[in-house]
Amino acid sequence: MAGRGSRGEMRQFWRTFSRNRLAMFGGAVVSVLVVLAVLAPLLAPWDPNRPDTKKILSPPSSVHWFGTDPLGRDVLSRVLYGSRVSLSVGFVSVGIAAGIGIMLGAAAGYHGGTVDNVVMRLVDLMLVFPRFFLLLAVLAFLRPSIWTIMTVIGLTGWMGVARLVRAEFLTLREREFVIWSEAVGAGATRIIFRHILPNAIAPILVAMTLGIPAAILTEAGLSFLGLGVQPPYATWGNILNDGRDYIEIAWWMTLYPGFAILITVLSYNLMGEGIRDALDPRLRQSRVGRILRLGR
Amino acid sequence: MPKGRARLHHLLALAICGALAACNGELDSRADEVVTSGPPAYGDTFIQASIGDIGGLIPSLTSDQSSHEVGAMIYDGLVKTDKDLNLAPAMAESWTYSRDCLELTFKLRRDVKWHDERPFTADDVVFTYQTMINPKTPAPFKEGFMLVKDVVAPDPYTVRVRYAEPYARAVETWSTYMLPKHLLQSFAEAGTLRESPQNSWPVGTGPYRFQEWKPGEKVVLVANPDYYEGRPYLSRIVYRVIPSQATIFLELKAKGVDYVNTLTGIQYARQTEYPAFRKAYHKFRYPASDYTFLGFNLKDPRFADRRVREAFAHAINKQELIDGVRLGLAREANGPIRPGTWAYTDDVKRFAYDPEKAKALLAEAGWKDRDGDGIVEDPDGKPFTLTIRTNQGNDERKKIAEIIQQRLKDIGVQAEIQLIEWAAFIKEFVKPRRFELIVLGLGTGTDPDQYVVWHSSQRGPDQMNRTGYANPEVDRLLEVGRRSCVQQDRIRSYHQIQRILAEDLPMIFLYYRDALPVVSSRIRGVSPAPAGILHNFDEWYVPKAQQRYTAG
Amino acid sequence: MALFALRRLLLSIPLLLGITFISYVVISLAPGGPLDFLTPEDPNASPEVKERLIKEFGLDRPVYEQYWKWLKRAVHLDFGRSFLPDGRPVLTKIGERLPITLFLNLIEMAIIVGLAIPIGVLSATRQYSLYDKITTVFVFVGFATPDFWLALLLLILFGVQLGWLPISGLRSLNWEYLSFWRQQWDFFAHLILPIAVATFGGLAGFSRYMRQSMLEVVRQDYVQTARAKGLSERMVISKHALRNALLPVITILALALPGLIGGSVIIESIFAIPGMGQLMVQSVFSRDYPVVMGNLVIVATLTLVANLVADITYGLVDPRIRFGGRRGRR
Repeated sequence: MAGRGSRGEMRQFWRTFSRNRLAMFGGAVVSVLVVLAVLAPLLAPWDPNRPDTKKILSPPSSVHWFGTDPLGRDVLSRVLYGSRVSLSVGFVSVGIAAGIGIMLGAAAGYHGGTVDNVVMRLVDLMLVFPRFFLLLAVLAFLRPSIWTIMTVIGLTGWMGVARLVRAEFLTLREREFVIWSEAVGAGATRIIFRHILPNAIAPILVAMTLGIPAAILTEAGLSFLGLGVQPPYATWGNILNDGRDYIEIAWWMTLYPGFAILITVLSYNLMGEGIRDALDPRLRQSRVGRILRLGR
Repeated sequence: MPKGRARLHHLLALAICGALAACNGELDSRADEVVTSGPPAYGDTFIQASIGDIGGLIPSLTSDQSSHEVGAMIYDGLVKTDKDLNLAPAMAESWTYSRDCLELTFKLRRDVKWHDERPFTADDVVFTYQTMINPKTPAPFKEGFMLVKDVVAPDPYTVRVRYAEPYARAVETWSTYMLPKHLLQSFAEAGTLRESPQNSWPVGTGPYRFQEWKPGEKVVLVANPDYYEGRPYLSRIVYRVIPSQATIFLELKAKGVDYVNTLTGIQYARQTEYPAFRKAYHKFRYPASDYTFLGFNLKDPRFADRRVREAFAHAINKQELIDGVRLGLAREANGPIRPGTWAYTDDVKRFAYDPEKAKALLAEAGWKDRDGDGIVEDPDGKPFTLTIRTNQGNDERKKIAEIIQQRLKDIGVQAEIQLIEWAAFIKEFVKPRRFELIVLGLGTGTDPDQYVVWHSSQRGPDQMNRTGYANPEVDRLLEVGRRSCVQQDRIRSYHQIQRILAEDLPMIFLYYRDALPVVSSRIRGVSPAPAGILHNFDEWYVPKAQQRYTAG
Repeated sequence: MALFALRRLLLSIPLLLGITFISYVVISLAPGGPLDFLTPEDPNASPEVKERLIKEFGLDRPVYEQYWKWLKRAVHLDFGRSFLPDGRPVLTKIGERLPITLFLNLIEMAIIVGLAIPIGVLSATRQYSLYDKITTVFVFVGFATPDFWLALLLLILFGVQLGWLPISGLRSLNWEYLSFWRQQWDFFAHLILPIAVATFGGLAGFSRYMRQSMLEVVRQDYVQTARAKGLSERMVISKHALRNALLPVITILALALPGLIGGSVIIESIFAIPGMGQLMVQSVFSRDYPVVMGNLVIVATLTLVANLVADITYGLVDPRIRFGGRRGRR
């Protein structure tokens, strides 16, 4: 059941997706960004952390394409290395969120009853807290390091995935093959992994793809407030923060990292929306589809 | 300008102001450009930016800078610091020491009145003393008073203070702000000073009276017409709470504030040089009284070896730090006593920037790069790694850490940086001495006595000897220096202390920054001096023609 | 209907408790304490202050005791006094900030909804047209732009370079001396930039949802029926499709409410607006326990209330719930 017709579905998916030019553009940019991030150590022309007090805040030139920062460090190199942080925060925190969401959603959807109730109350509870407030509170008390940030963003973003997974379970539980499997005595884990999850993968992926830009923006915001990774490591948010005081004499400190964030988030969103639209016909009538679109 | 035309211009300006929102109440903004000198005149409002809201209006109970800035205008002490950093009379018109330095007698002025018209007398002084030493009073600074044996007021305008032992900073202690006995006696005894009306509507003896406090927004003071040194010229002071450094700077450029003293090096040197700014503001520069340092944790066995500390000192290029962090607007520090003060000496050992020498010293101490990874290791192969810690929110210290990190990398020491929120930093790392290197600053005050920082008895978690320094010779010199009340005798001790500290290197003194205040150009009477520019604030004025805020 | 509302109300109670509990857990994570903020890095500070303050604020008792004591008082809306030297009641401090944040966010919400609905509807009815494509791109860019970046850029442009708009706070200094109309204008001028920045981002999400919802509805049978019946396109859209399409939008509004009440932290910092977000940042940095707790609890509680209101409104509007039963599309 899980595998049947999937190749045909993939082809259908690709056909719809590739017709969406914006989505293709988004996907292309994302790929380029990932490559740049991975190859940053090879591509960066300067050591991103080495100060040079003779070159403080110098404008873009042939030597420093993006200019230098208040300690004389090359901004281009810092933006390149910063992309590694932003992307890894994006991936890992969304991964953590998805992990938690899948576990809790599966538990709720499969077992139903009290477990379901408890999980849904927990979801409601977490949703009632303004995310940034909660993040601030936790981060200001724990030491801000890249792992803390990733974990905390993940811990506050699992609710959407949990709902999705739960809905998928509720829908699929009634299907015959599950009842048949249970009758035959297949264990819960087997059912979950072999039958239910593969169907849920697609919407989960969409949710994750759309969660990455949110995580990147959140990390940038936190770094901007000074709650990000420790110096001297560059992230886009803290380059913006470093340049905040000099904005009218050093526009390059604000323009380039801000633009990098913009392009990254934009591309992920376009790509994610494209994926969602391409999956749309299949999901339109389903409960899962409603949740993806409307959040409830 | 003929009256009729002035009128017309006035009306035109108003009309334009009515159309544009950006006028902010300026009735005649052309006046700024007219640069004439006018005779001293009363009036106008002085607007100062404050990065934090005040913690309260009884400065004796607070430790934040804002409440002390405001408090300095509302309250007065018996003595004050004059422009040359010497102690000068304030509410006391004179004082004398007894021969044995154990008795200090103040003669008070007779013309001082509280803001509610009641006379200020010696009873208030005695009351203030008793309040400060009262255990129920949560005052952060009471050290000086604890050494007093007793205080008596033989007549309403004489105060006699007796000390158990000679205390060099005795007179300086009495620059503390005086509190009104007739209003606060019951509160002080009950320990409820913080809840008293004084904390939201203070009555003092200073040049300015309190008018209003809108929490989170502003504090407004008005000139005290009965001030014993004469009514200040500037009629009002408004402290605007603007919690972001960046916004303060923008407000400055938009002419929304008249005085800022927290400009960074880059702001001062590069962002305030354009013609419009130079016309609207005067920039000043004078050496400030605090220095920044890199502190070693002397408990750490690696730093017990003096060669390692010297290696670090040679690895750091102080001029580079000054250039990179302050854009040159600071001077090298080689000791804890401020250059230009009476106890300062130049004759101390220095460590020039010399990475090769640093590496050699490290090698001597057993640290060599044995595996070619760029990091030095001890004979057991353990690499030299450490963490440089400083507090969050201080851009200068952050940059210092970043530069030092790279310089240490050059000599084979791998350093990570940790920025920690102030309260946590102090509580978890500094006090229990769980650190390796810290970047911090210290203020030097007017008196060179630094017993609390260098004496071996001050190494407790709540005390100021953060590096854990202990040298019996320095201890002795500190005690000697503290016990005299004659300046000449003390100089020798302090010169020697500076020499020993430079050799022992419990910390690497980095620099004394320059204060970089900026004042609106319409304000006259500003005269920079060793104590800064605020020393004669009461004499600042704005000529009538240039007064901007004429609401009284 | 009434049953529905009652059920929702009852469910809120454990949520409230959960809010206080989570808040307390968060705070106890803090390794540092508030006292050290009160004593400065100055050689002359006195050490006995700590002992006194520990006793005063009851910080030497075990955590659960502190929590219970705190909870008892919180029920009476007494969150204690701030740890900062000004020692004012937490509720007062929050009360000063809440109206501004609420006011600002309500305006933003109104603008966003007011603009997003027509934009979304138009996009849906003209799907794939040039208009749709352009608004899509525009809206996406808005969604992707970091709000603090936009704030800085606009602030420099309009505040400093052009000098048209004030750059911080809510009022000019001599606000009291202005005429009534000047006062209103002044207040308005101070709000333009922060609101512009905040709505720019929010517009994207909402118009997307509106478009999506509209698209879904338009494909439904009853809309085709209405068209077939010969009703004008306008009638079809506004009377039938729109009403149904609005339902999920209310849901989205409810989901966006946490942001509404919580305030936009970064915008408030940049524009120096004395709201809840700024209070939160400041009290978190100064370890002002009571204020952080009070803030967190109040914000979460208000969000809960807003959710409740949204749920009930949804219930009123959605005939399925109003009349019970499970009719309607699935």
